[in-house]
Amino acid sequence: MEPVLELRNVTKSFGGLRVTADVSFSVAPGSISAIIGPNGAGKTTLFNQITGYLKPDGGKILFQGKDITNLSTREIVTLGMARAFQVTSFFPEETVLDNVRVACLSQMNKTRNLLKSVSVFNEATDQAFKILESIGLQNVADRAGFELAHGDQKLLDIGIALALQPKALLLDEPTSGMSPEERLLTRNLIKRLWKEFSLTLIFIEHDMDTVFGIAQTVRVLQMGRLLAEGSPEEIRRNPEVITAYLGEEVL
Amino acid sequence: MDFSFIVMQFLSGLMMATLLFLVASGLTLIFGVGNVFNFAHGSFYMIGAYLAYQTVSVWHTNFWLSVLVASLGAGVLGMLAEALFLRRIYGRADEGGFQILLTYSFILVIDDLVKLIWGTEYKSLARPSGFTGTVELFGLSIPAYNLAIIGIGIVVVIVAWFVLARTRSGRIARAAALDREMLGSLGINVPFTMTLVFGIATAMGGFAGALAAPLRSVSPGAGIEVIIDSLIVVVIGGMGNFWGAWLGALILGEVNSFAVATVPDWASLFNYLVMVLTLIFKPEGLFASRKIRRV
Amino acid sequence: MNQSSGAREIILLGLFLLVFGSVPFIKQSDYHLMLANHVLIWGMFAVAFNMLFGVTGMLSFGQALYYGLGAYSVGLVVKNYGSAMFLPALGLGLVLTIVISILVGLLVIRLSGVYFTVLTLAFGQLAWQITFRWYRFTGGDDGIQGIMPSGLLENHTVYYYFTLALVVVSIWFLWRVANSPMGLVLRCIRQNPERVRFLGRRVRRNQLRIYVISSFFAALAGGLMAGVTNSIHPDMFYWTSSGEVILMAVLGGIGQFFGPFIGATVIIVIQDVVGARTEYWSLIIGIIMMIMVLGMPKGLVGEIRGLMARYAAGKVNRG
Ligand SMILES: Nc1ncnc2c1ncn2[C@@H]1O[C@H](COP(=O)(O)OP(=O)(O)O)[C@@H](O)[C@H]1O
Ligand SMILES: [Mg+2]
Repeated sequence: MEPVLELRNVTKSFGGLRVTADVSFSVAPGSISAIIGPNGAGKTTLFNQITGYLKPDGGKILFQGKDITNLSTREIVTLGMARAFQVTSFFPEETVLDNVRVACLSQMNKTRNLLKSVSVFNEATDQAFKILESIGLQNVADRAGFELAHGDQKLLDIGIALALQPKALLLDEPTSGMSPEERLLTRNLIKRLWKEFSLTLIFIEHDMDTVFGIAQTVRVLQMGRLLAEGSPEEIRRNPEVITAYLGEEVL
Repeated sequence: MDFSFIVMQFLSGLMMATLLFLVASGLTLIFGVGNVFNFAHGSFYMIGAYLAYQTVSVWHTNFWLSVLVASLGAGVLGMLAEALFLRRIYGRADEGGFQILLTYSFILVIDDLVKLIWGTEYKSLARPSGFTGTVELFGLSIPAYNLAIIGIGIVVVIVAWFVLARTRSGRIARAAALDREMLGSLGINVPFTMTLVFGIATAMGGFAGALAAPLRSVSPGAGIEVIIDSLIVVVIGGMGNFWGAWLGALILGEVNSFAVATVPDWASLFNYLVMVLTLIFKPEGLFASRKIRRV
Repeated sequence: MNQSSGAREIILLGLFLLVFGSVPFIKQSDYHLMLANHVLIWGMFAVAFNMLFGVTGMLSFGQALYYGLGAYSVGLVVKNYGSAMFLPALGLGLVLTIVISILVGLLVIRLSGVYFTVLTLAFGQLAWQITFRWYRFTGGDDGIQGIMPSGLLENHTVYYYFTLALVVVSIWFLWRVANSPMGLVLRCIRQNPERVRFLGRRVRRNQLRIYVISSFFAALAGGLMAGVTNSIHPDMFYWTSSGEVILMAVLGGIGQFFGPFIGATVIIVIQDVVGARTEYWSLIIGIIMMIMVLGMPKGLVGEIRGLMARYAAGKVNRG
């Protein structure tokens, strides 16, 4: 099967600092995979390049067989890629409903309309409520984004991405800053969303229970280099990964 | 166009550039270090000019003393404005917009306070003794005061270079995109530093205003003209960048000087022309110290 | 300005029409009519400006450019071709504004934040300089006098209702924009432009759209004003005009759709009461601005709404 996402020798430096060093991998359609690695390994920067927010210095990125290396974020999103952020990103003064609804309207290409009230776009509203139910925020639909607890804001960020009906969804540390209980819930939620929306899902994560609990494939990034790639079992046993990142306790 | 014309205009442009640079570098200092946009920076220039007038023409003291008084006065007023008002809006959501609004209110208030104190009529100031005549150079007669200003500008650039390149505070100031949090983590008393830097910046404005007072008449409303020219300078040079301000001032000063001599009625339009060209070809400025995200 | 029930909209509109429609009947002199006209025109200008600032987060310090353009289009055409051309001249100003605001907009939206503000200010001052210096074409410092609207509009009351109708339609249009999907996107751009890109939207394209829309109504305000005061001057392009509309928006409340209209009303009333007696007008508006920024950043309407909400909540708690 043709991979959904393919990176070929992607390279990126900031000044003298190599943050992406010759990274290549393919992501199978409908898969769920994790990217792990120490802070500063270049994980977020990799997401930034995949989503067109930063241009790689070299190499190629293909999405559904199409070269997206030089496309803008907008074009890449339109092709079906969505993303949630490590530093939670949403619209703090809008209601939770409108946060998701604006994404639904954008996906339906209705945002050029400037004479009809948002509230008459029933399809978008229904879709937004459906998403809010999937992520469990339907009861706070009327609250402003900034009023939510941190964990709920992380979910809202994911909800906005989901509302774009993406084929591929990229989550950057979805459980960071959450309590252990929230983490468990989020882990199950991610797995459920992956199935419910038939996504190809890639997530960056530091919580090893989440990584090894739900990922089919794990990729390890260290100093911009792809150190290892394999099933959770393989990664867990990989001596290089253990010395470089996991340490002994994971075993 | 003969050679002497070109030299004369070049020197006059250099003098304008020096004054522009002195004002713009204060504006860019507080923006680069403190992340504060002081829309009222030109008003502190105006205060400097009035203080110089007051010291020389009313109190009949020495001109160079008046430059000192003007710088200190503008500096102290700047520190007061920062400590009493600006400080209250740091950290607010949409702080950038509120900075503009608040410093805009400074312009309005300062304009009228100046009118209350000194009246609306134009004030003029004699050139300091010893600098009233001309100097013969390359067979040309050049106003001595113009040369003095250019000289002062050179000294300021050298001192600034030394401070920026060689001292700890200079290095801190130079590390672009310094935010207040980061200053705090370096073990620096942030509120005091902010007030001080703001004061230094407005003192530079006052200094330039005093130096310019014998060349241009002093009147209320001078603040806004000056701020717009300095803004063009920093747009050309790249905001928050010291050397960018220098280059921007040089370009603007020279363009202005030659425009004044050739098409006097439309000279001021050339400032905007330079700005528009910069915007079209290099919107982040010639010397952008940090990449502006174009959102 | 989020949800709007149709009923509230209609009540508000009715009240608005009742208050402003009755002015010609209760006025004591033509002066009052002119005052009400100023409120309407500046109110619309401020509401349109706020679509840029309060809604989209673009603080333009150069809307006077379009205000002046609208006024001078009317003034110059009427001066050269006669009163009969008043309405076509108004239209011409609007068309010119669309063209110029697209060109200028393409330049100024390349930068954001403070830079955007600075650039809009510079373009406004450029327009002022040109008007001021181009004496033979614009009359320079003298401005243009005797701009009379033609036909029925010559009558002050008719002109007043003409203005009222245009202002109501304009504000209605802007209200629709504020509540539309595009309005939602604009609010999102202010709060988090990066995320809007990740929704697959063009941030700058939307900023340009609202810049043109807002400028269009600034020009309409200028053109209508030329018919009220019958004379125009280069100060309409001057940065203080831009500053005044900003003050109105901030005073009323930039987070409220109608806030700027209230702000315009208050400023014009203060100007009427105090302005005649003092030459220190900028001290007054400077202090107002300072108080608003430091103490009441939500503006009059925003703070009153906040108080009302707190009072209502208190009553619920006690009850
Ligand atoms: N825009 C940027 N400019 C310069 N350096 C950057 C930029 N973004 C990230 N970096 C640097 O690149 C390295 C990798 O960052 P990042 O991708 O965020 O790591 P991770 O997400 O794996 O923790 C870090 O050293 C970071 O400081
Ligand atoms: Mg990261």
